[in-house]
Amino acid sequence: MSQAGAVAPGKAHGAHEAHHELGFWRSYVFSTDHKVIGIQYAVTGLLFLLFGFSLMMLMRWNLAYPGAALPMLGRILGDSRMPGGTMLPEFYNELGAMHGTIMVFLGVVPLAVGGFGNFVLPLQIGAPDMAFPKLNMLSYWSFFLGGVTMLLSFLVPGGGAQSGWTSYTPLSDIAGMGQTVWLFGMVFLITSSLLGAVNFITTTIQIRAKGLTFMRFPFFVWAQFVTAFLLLLAFPPLEAAAFMQLMDRLAGTSFFLPSGLVVSGQALTNAGGGNPLLWQHLFWFLAHPEVYVLILPAMGIVAEIIANNTRKPLFGYRSMVGSLVFLGFMSFIVWAHHMFMTGMGTAMATFFQTTTMIISIPSVVILTSLIISLWGGSIRYNTPMLFAVAFLPMFGIGGLTGLPLGLNAADIPLHDTYYVIAHFHYVVAPGTIFALFAGVYYWFPKATGRKMSEKLGVIHFIGSFICMNVVFMPMFLIGLAGVSRRLFDGGQGYAFAQPVLHLNVISSWGAWIMALFQIPFIFNFFWSIRHGEKVGDNPWEATTLEWAAPSPPPHGNFVVVPEAHRGPYEYSVPGAAKDFVPQYEV
Amino acid sequence: MDIPYTVEARPDTGLTNGKIGIWLFLASEVMLFGALFASYILIRTGAQTWPRGDTILNVPLATFNTIVLITSSVTMVMAWASLMRNRFGTFRIYMGATVLLGGVFLVVKYFEYSHKFETGLFPSKNNFLAIYFTLTGLHMLHVIGGMAVNAYFLFPGSKLWKTNPQWFTNRVENSGLFWHFVDLVWIFLFPTLYLL
Repeated sequence: MSQAGAVAPGKAHGAHEAHHELGFWRSYVFSTDHKVIGIQYAVTGLLFLLFGFSLMMLMRWNLAYPGAALPMLGRILGDSRMPGGTMLPEFYNELGAMHGTIMVFLGVVPLAVGGFGNFVLPLQIGAPDMAFPKLNMLSYWSFFLGGVTMLLSFLVPGGGAQSGWTSYTPLSDIAGMGQTVWLFGMVFLITSSLLGAVNFITTTIQIRAKGLTFMRFPFFVWAQFVTAFLLLLAFPPLEAAAFMQLMDRLAGTSFFLPSGLVVSGQALTNAGGGNPLLWQHLFWFLAHPEVYVLILPAMGIVAEIIANNTRKPLFGYRSMVGSLVFLGFMSFIVWAHHMFMTGMGTAMATFFQTTTMIISIPSVVILTSLIISLWGGSIRYNTPMLFAVAFLPMFGIGGLTGLPLGLNAADIPLHDTYYVIAHFHYVVAPGTIFALFAGVYYWFPKATGRKMSEKLGVIHFIGSFICMNVVFMPMFLIGLAGVSRRLFDGGQGYAFAQPVLHLNVISSWGAWIMALFQIPFIFNFFWSIRHGEKVGDNPWEATTLEWAAPSPPPHGNFVVVPEAHRGPYEYSVPGAAKDFVPQYEV
Repeated sequence: MDIPYTVEARPDTGLTNGKIGIWLFLASEVMLFGALFASYILIRTGAQTWPRGDTILNVPLATFNTIVLITSSVTMVMAWASLMRNRFGTFRIYMGATVLLGGVFLVVKYFEYSHKFETGLFPSKNNFLAIYFTLTGLHMLHVIGGMAVNAYFLFPGSKLWKTNPQWFTNRVENSGLFWHFVDLVWIFLFPTLYLL
């Protein structure tokens, strides 16, 4: 890093001056610069992903070797969780609930939306910053507070939340104190998402560069734009539900507690008359759109990288955008397909299975367009592209195996088995998380001015790709055998589970070995910040506006205010001097 | 570095950033209260008995409060209109009245609440009282929030009027939109809880 001296204003280095004026705290900790906030989100998100993954690795121990004492680590966790190194069921439940919560709300969404959205979106629309920079900072710190609250919940008496990431009532209503902390944590996280969503939508509509019409948006911008609407409108009902559950737990109301509830042989003294299914409706009203919050930014990242590395325009850009918007609308009316087993009646079930089948169409349109985009391209297989291409079949497996779950009749035997776990992990883990890795490798040069090592990147990719499948493919078989996902010993006590129990060992070893393959990534990430290969402003020879800015972009982003003169993916235009014509070139 | 369109409207959208932001925020608020109203309907239709609101709650006091909030919405508009006509003195009077009327609403609500607690009517007693306290409590938090923002524009925030009157007027307008929304929620709450 060069020390900023007297540099002419308008040059890239002018930004360093501004940073020095602001001082350390204002420029790196309480910054209002979208790029710093994006990096803060991304790093926090990555750390939480690692933490959530560690919780799962502990769970996998007890699934592979039920009742066996965990060497070394088991003793550290103490007698209240692992006496003598053997896992207590309550601890397993705590790990399960917190793994889900952390991965979804503190890992993937902050990285995909908070991290990539904040860093890339303003650059891609040629904006100097977000529309509301202070709100943006508030959004990050609200998220941070939510994260700290969730971590602190491990320390309260009785441990963290144990009722699953879905916190189904009435179980969660009568659970220990950790659940209350979980609810407060969720209120912080919801507030953070709402502030972020307002900011993203306003920025996209208002601060886009001259000439950048909506149909000239890169697909990533569209994905973030639709995602922001989902966050804006789907999260408030969960906030309402969280308030009601807090009332149930703290003020003794009975929103979710039915009359005559008996717990451990004792009748509850509450007034009753509540409806436990109300929670499920409000929860899934958020949580199904949330699934699309997890996947849409990933699709956006993959679309950018595929267009760039095939050196071709995206196939069917317009139908992809149309599908994206349609998908956003439909995601609000499919939520009860998570609730086929609640006895809501065949009429309702038919409605929701129909909407579920309809929503699979735009997803398939987008995925198919991405696959056809590969056709006839002279593909460059760099690390981001490897992850992006792997995303396609992995998300495809995840999506297709979801269809039986969306059909009322087929869902009945599969519901709550390991099949469900395998299905949505294929969507989110080798799906979304691969796309997020691809994005880290792809935009790292923009954030730092240096490339990450390709060799380490390829090792990271191959190891993760094989291990992901070793972890999740066996779960389809375990699930089809009928083993429930909620058993802390992996189903040891059931005769029908015996033929598939050995698969748990394979799956667990897959997870532990996968952890080893993340070491090259972590090393690569930190090492490349200072020692990676130095590159120019546009190392991938890409067309979108973020590559017009210097790397790393200064405060205010662009040296010359960019204008968009054409669509986002003008690759290999016949007659052009080079194989890409950037949006910003006249 | 300045963010464009904070003061002037973007020509092709005809809106300032703040205006879009506040409407988006209100959309999320509609979903928040919408979910609570939907829960009210679900719980009430599933209940074996449900008290009429006026047998438990004080309708005259709530009617008075309704009038108070509607009046405060009028003074809010007048405050903004005064700024549009460049009359800062009248703005202060109307904005002061808006904050004060919000305070009156809270005082009345305090007496309503404490009367309920004195007679043993706690949220835990039945689901009618549970939804009553949740909805009115959340609404009250919104009243307090709106009052805080309005009080800010009345005192420290009004310095902006001297340096950038257009921006200050926009901010008061947006704060007014929120205040009208809070008023509107009460207009739905009042018949739903007190009269039905």
